[in-house]
Amino acid sequence: MELLQLIFFYVVALVTLVAGIGVISCRNPINSAISLVMTFFCLAVFYVMLHAPFMAAIQVMVYAGAIMVLIIFVMMLLNQGLVAIGKHRHALVGAGIAAALLVVQMVITVTKGQVSEPVGAITAKVVESVGHTQLIGQAMFTDFLLPFEIASILLLVAIVGAVVLAKREV
Amino acid sequence: MSEMLSLSNDPTLFIAVMLAKILVVFIVVILIVAYATYAERKIIGHMQTRLGPTMTGPLGLLQPIADGLKLFFKEDIIPSQASKLAFILAPMMILVPAFITVAVIPFGDSITVKGYTVPLQISDLNIGVLYILAMSGLGVYGIVLAGWSSNNKYSLLGGVRSAAQMISYELAAGLAIISVFMLSGTLQLSDIVAAQSGSILNWYIFSQPLAFCLFVITSLAEVNRTPFDLPEAETELVSGFCTEYSSMKYALFFMAEYANMVVLSAITATLFLGGPAGPFPGPINLLIKVFAFMFFFIWIRATFPRVRYDQLMYLGWKVFLPLALLNIVITGAVVVF
Repeated sequence: MELLQLIFFYVVALVTLVAGIGVISCRNPINSAISLVMTFFCLAVFYVMLHAPFMAAIQVMVYAGAIMVLIIFVMMLLNQGLVAIGKHRHALVGAGIAAALLVVQMVITVTKGQVSEPVGAITAKVVESVGHTQLIGQAMFTDFLLPFEIASILLLVAIVGAVVLAKREV
Repeated sequence: MSEMLSLSNDPTLFIAVMLAKILVVFIVVILIVAYATYAERKIIGHMQTRLGPTMTGPLGLLQPIADGLKLFFKEDIIPSQASKLAFILAPMMILVPAFITVAVIPFGDSITVKGYTVPLQISDLNIGVLYILAMSGLGVYGIVLAGWSSNNKYSLLGGVRSAAQMISYELAAGLAIISVFMLSGTLQLSDIVAAQSGSILNWYIFSQPLAFCLFVITSLAEVNRTPFDLPEAETELVSGFCTEYSSMKYALFFMAEYANMVVLSAITATLFLGGPAGPFPGPINLLIKVFAFMFFFIWIRATFPRVRYDQLMYLGWKVFLPLALLNIVITGAVVVF
């Protein structure tokens, strides 16, 4: 049922865009944060549609479930109120140029670009039969063990650093 | 073994069956939620040598309906200094994750419809357990935003407390579950149930008693039930994050609390008690286990006093987290050797 998928895609895409516009246009920072959570959630839906359910779950758990909660936490405690939009003209000009470049790039990709099949052993069929989580787990603990361990050491350093900074005044 | 019903072999039947499953599960959860309020009042009443509700209908059985109607017709007040969008969204943001978590709970073996196999589960995700964790992570937003947007210091304190509490205990709950899927080797809930089938001794409650205890206690903390109900500690915070709420919005918070109880009971039953396994047809077994856990939650409320906030944090970070990590190490050693 290609049609159902297509309709679903357009509905989710619309919600993503509306939420994305909400992120940058809300005057209240908390409302922007809520819109951003919505955008993360819609991105997770796209991951599911692309046969990457593990990515989707991690997206929601880490970005929506942990990082944004902390950001909202900080905003709540600071409670700096409404933000005036449109005061910084140079920022608007910069954003406009960046957006225009992006639009040009997108138009060229959509009209002139070619879609290539995924290369390598991991295709959509393999993902369906073996399972996305299993594939990522295997890759992470065999081929990409070193980067994985380096990432964990980086996080450990960050944790130790946070403890040192927080404990200094006690 | 007949073919699995899917969108490709009979689209109309598939959509009809899916809608029927969703509707039935939704109605059952709503009914349990409504009557859980009645059960709670009745059970706690009897535990405190009172009678609980008796006046509305026979044995007070119509009490949830009366409560619902009353709340429905109350005036819906939004404080003038409240942040409107967040204030209106918050009750929905807490209720929706609670309800959609039910989608991955398997509630029975497969049945056959018109020659096709239909699993008694709304969606058998490859990442079932992660989905549950992700949705419980989203549940925090409702409480945090409700607390902040009310523009009331009691609400804000309730919201902040609740966010800290849920983040701390989610960690311990997640680590407790890890040992379960170290044994099963899969995140798919139907496979976890299949791994526990056969004898009652295959249930993970017997091979993972520590993980089971940790998960049940952290569940209490995650649904903000006594003894961990600090976010709405009425003696110090009026009513916590829902102080400013009235009418149906207030009812939504209550529904969410009970829906979370139902969902966490069902998850515990699935992960540790073999899910729909048992002497009766699948859904009935699952319901019996869910009701047993709900009774346990209510029983705890009638028994224990509230913990202090520093005790709560101590328990979460210095007791449960190391115990869960230890459990993972032991399970790993057992699995390898």
